[in-house]
Amino acid sequence: MAKIRGSIVVNIEKCKGCEVCMVTCPTGTIAMAKEVNGKGYNYAFPANPELCIGCANCAMVCPDGVITVYKTKI
Amino acid sequence: MVEFSGIKEIIKPENLVYKRTDIMTDNTLSYCPGCGHGTAHRIIAEIIGEEGLQSEAIGVSPVGCSVFMYNYLDIDWQEAAHGRAPAVATAIKRLLPEKFVFTYQGDGDLAAIGTAETIHACNRGENIMIIFINNGIYGMTGGQMAPTTLPGMKSSTSPYGRDVKTMGFPLKITDIVATLPGSYYVTRQSVHTAANVKKTKKAIRKAVQYQKLNKGTCLIEIVSNCPSGWKMTPVQSNKWMEENMFPYYPLGDLKTPVE
Repeated sequence: MAKIRGSIVVNIEKCKGCEVCMVTCPTGTIAMAKEVNGKGYNYAFPANPELCIGCANCAMVCPDGVITVYKTKI
Repeated sequence: MVEFSGIKEIIKPENLVYKRTDIMTDNTLSYCPGCGHGTAHRIIAEIIGEEGLQSEAIGVSPVGCSVFMYNYLDIDWQEAAHGRAPAVATAIKRLLPEKFVFTYQGDGDLAAIGTAETIHACNRGENIMIIFINNGIYGMTGGQMAPTTLPGMKSSTSPYGRDVKTMGFPLKITDIVATLPGSYYVTRQSVHTAANVKKTKKAIRKAVQYQKLNKGTCLIEIVSNCPSGWKMTPVQSNKWMEENMFPYYPLGDLKTPVE
């Protein structure tokens, strides 16, 4: 059976660290960084990238549209 | 190590599932972290892009938090006086009937100062789409009580909670509009989860189709959050909204067209 693998890219300078994506992620891929971006927000990043399934839930709820989602079958 | 190189290989243009639409400009949104306005803007932009309406769409932006909406969507815009967006949209649609005209208003704009314009535009059955963002508070001016504030809800001008004896009951303007013969499609949605975002997108797409067919006024209420005005984190405010706003403002279609 083909395995679905996904990956997200976060535009960290535009992220406002609202954590909505972290809560909506079904696999726990996203976490908030300890570091801050230029505006002082703890930005979101894929802490567990191997868990991502490319469902795009995070990108759909992101108010600032900073998440780009990729998906492939391997 | 194999896993890591695998992820690098996934990030290719042909594997793209979702990216920020080109209709949105590169300006950073002025909204607070976690605000539903950003999601609502993006959905509208996606619909305009997917329906190929970029050159036909004319938006009417309100007064409120979303007053600078014309900076964020790359389409034609007209700013309206406070609450008067449906009146301005009426004029635009009557003069340029081939254009796609919509208004985007908050609850202070649509349900307080603009109640008359909203009700009369819907009663006349003007062929426009109205997007109504309801967060139960005047967000931009510092969280004052709005007509849509829930009973007992604390705001900066009702610090002990809204007392319905002296301050009246929350105005369900979407329900009022649904009873008018001029309105064609009236629905209430939200944008706080991915499933709700999909439903809202579907509703907006329907409204766009109805306007193409000259059917009448379509009003889409989006129940949204206001983390700053409610003094909560974005995640808490979404939960609070589910627990308190949705029982009073239940989601779903209030008026669907009879074929």
